[in-house]
Amino acid sequence: MPTFVYMTRCDGCGHCVDICPSDIMHIDEKYRRAYNIEPNMCWECYSCVKACPHQAIDVRGYADFAPLGHSVRTIRDEEKGTIAWRVKFRDGRVKNFLSPITTQPWGTKIPDFRDEAEPSDEMRNSELLSFEPKYIRMDDGGLHTLESNKLSLKLGAQYHESH
Amino acid sequence: MKAIKTIVEDNIDILVVGAGLGGTGAAYEARYWGRNKKIVIAEKANINRSGAVAQGLYAINCYMGTRFGENNPEDHVRYARIDLMGMVREDLLFDMARHVDSAVHKFEEWGLPLMKDPKRENAEGLAKGAYMREGKWQIMIHGESYKPIVAEAATKQADKVYNRIMVTHLLMDDAQDNRVAGCVGFNVRTGNYHVFKSKTTIVGAGGASNIFKPRSVGEGAGRVWYAPWSSGSAYGLMIEAGAQMTQMENRIVLARFKDGYGPVGAYFLHLHTYTQNGYGEEYESKWFPQLEEMVGKRYLDVAASHVSARPIPTCLRTSAIISEMNAGRGPIHMVTMEAFQDPHLEEVGWENFLGMTVGQAVLWAATDIDPKYINPELTTSEPYVMGSHATGCGAWCSGPEDLSPEEYFWGYNRMTSVEGLFGAGDAVGGTPHAFSSGSFTEGRLAAKAACKYIDDGKGEGIVVSDKQIADRKEQIFRPLETYRVGRNEITAGTVSPSYILPMPGLQRLQKIMDEYCGGVTVSYMTNDKLLNMGMQKMSIMEEDLEKLGAEDIHQLMRAWELKHRHRTSECVFQHTFFRKETRWPGYYYRGDAMKLDDENWHVLTVSHRDRDTGEYTMSKAPCYHLVNDE
Repeated sequence: MPTFVYMTRCDGCGHCVDICPSDIMHIDEKYRRAYNIEPNMCWECYSCVKACPHQAIDVRGYADFAPLGHSVRTIRDEEKGTIAWRVKFRDGRVKNFLSPITTQPWGTKIPDFRDEAEPSDEMRNSELLSFEPKYIRMDDGGLHTLESNKLSLKLGAQYHESH
Repeated sequence: MKAIKTIVEDNIDILVVGAGLGGTGAAYEARYWGRNKKIVIAEKANINRSGAVAQGLYAINCYMGTRFGENNPEDHVRYARIDLMGMVREDLLFDMARHVDSAVHKFEEWGLPLMKDPKRENAEGLAKGAYMREGKWQIMIHGESYKPIVAEAATKQADKVYNRIMVTHLLMDDAQDNRVAGCVGFNVRTGNYHVFKSKTTIVGAGGASNIFKPRSVGEGAGRVWYAPWSSGSAYGLMIEAGAQMTQMENRIVLARFKDGYGPVGAYFLHLHTYTQNGYGEEYESKWFPQLEEMVGKRYLDVAASHVSARPIPTCLRTSAIISEMNAGRGPIHMVTMEAFQDPHLEEVGWENFLGMTVGQAVLWAATDIDPKYINPELTTSEPYVMGSHATGCGAWCSGPEDLSPEEYFWGYNRMTSVEGLFGAGDAVGGTPHAFSSGSFTEGRLAAKAACKYIDDGKGEGIVVSDKQIADRKEQIFRPLETYRVGRNEITAGTVSPSYILPMPGLQRLQKIMDEYCGGVTVSYMTNDKLLNMGMQKMSIMEEDLEKLGAEDIHQLMRAWELKHRHRTSECVFQHTFFRKETRWPGYYYRGDAMKLDDENWHVLTVSHRDRDTGEYTMSKAPCYHLVNDE
């Protein structure tokens, strides 16, 4: 929910400013530290919290319906490929969670098509997309069509129930 | 203020406006078919965390699984058709469904963790290695980094990615009528004016949150279901360019965990939780006879749904909640206390929120709600206008050559009625239930078609006059000038007789939409009289939008987001007025036509706004259905 920034932890690096999808993390001109300029346009998406190298950004539930005294903290680790969460209830109970965020080393599995052979004219004039038909079913089958699936498109409300 | 620089990016072949899942799919695929083409992305935020998937997702809601013998594309078409009360583009849906698995298999290769079903992981036969199903169409993922992963695919293939560009208008060809020529906008950090001249433009921008008054007030106004940065720019840009739109009346109202808007899909489908009223009673079934009377057995057949996979349409289930609440038997609870006794299901329940709606976890922590011991509240949301969930707003687009009947085909897949202008994701109308993977797939389809359009020579000879570029520049930055001049009139504060600021302007829009177009405070009810009054208020508001003031570049972005939301809303009014029936009880009700009327309205609605006069023309388009050949 709306984010805020701890004065003693923020060094004004601007990672949060760079990533915020809502453009609401800005640097305060006087203190040279980040802050949320527009809490009512904050989705509590945690993009800035995850991006902060100093864990300087936290979230305090929206004042119009969330009482004080809780916290939901996270550490996203790209090297380990995991994200850890700690949920602390108002009454002090704590729950911890850990999930994977990727199965591959970052930036290694996506080829640059400019290095690869051009698709044939036959491919271009077909309905196939890149790496199809192979990647549709991971076998040698073709693309589904009206003919292959024995279908027609017909006008009329009565066909709503057709199977 | 420092001088505004004009930065021109010329000779673009494929321009992607908005790089959410649709736009990233477009940029990625465009390079495959256009090795030497110039591909440029213009994105309002940072492509690594932008669009509806910025926060992550815990499920991919559109995956056929033909590889494992699970579903065929036509099964998905029928599901979407029934869920949307018949009103879908079945050619576009079939096309998306036959390609979507190839995108998901690539996501897995790129590193997106798709959960495997332990029962089937080591099984023999067809289903071996199958993904963990949440429901018939949904697979479960650890998708915190879904967006950075697909963004990497798009960034790698694009020539340039311009982050932080608020695209305000599409450019039009001055040589040939009704042909797109790129776009213009400004950098929300530097304030510079950006001009993108391109042979084709693929709009991957988003649908609209925050056009109807939200239930949350004050600080909580950002906690909406669809992202607050989804400013209806897909529609604002395309309507303004004269593209025909379809099904814009088909806004969506969602049943969600109260205040946090936590999603319910995994809870219903995977955890098998269920709902009850405030008195612990099952309430849904008692509203079905009345709903069946309204919509007819063709659309609600409870007995048939019990014995088959035929879904009960989302809107009708929402309608049952609305009726039960209005009958004084709220609140509606999600019964989680049974499922959450299983530690695995409890973990899934929490991680589901942490993966895509952290705010719900924050709210439960703040209010000491542990669903293992307390059944949390559900409620119905304010309406949203978008095109990739259980709703199909968007542009009227051509389908693929091998599937589409003649009314649905004009040369290039996913091309709008404007030459060279394509759509993906929320931008394409009549294609609900595309979700993230389907939107990415639509981007891929649009990109391949755009490459073909260029190779066919259709993008030659485009002229963009200096006047068009200069006029747009003056128009875009005017709110800064309006504020600068008007501010001198007053001592201090936000109240001026000469301008309105973007936030009060947004609140006026939300109030009009809410009270006249079927929002929360009127229990989603409207009629011809209310719609007429609302449209009058909308046109007066348009005059006031000429006097929007912006204190700085950030507010200038909010000003243009508001203009896009206003244009979207105007179109929603036009469509809602045109369709004289209640097609989707639960999404909205027309008090003057409370029944579904197949005789007159088993059609898709299509609008066209004249670029010069602003006048709308409404028409009906045929609604085709897929039928098995006998």
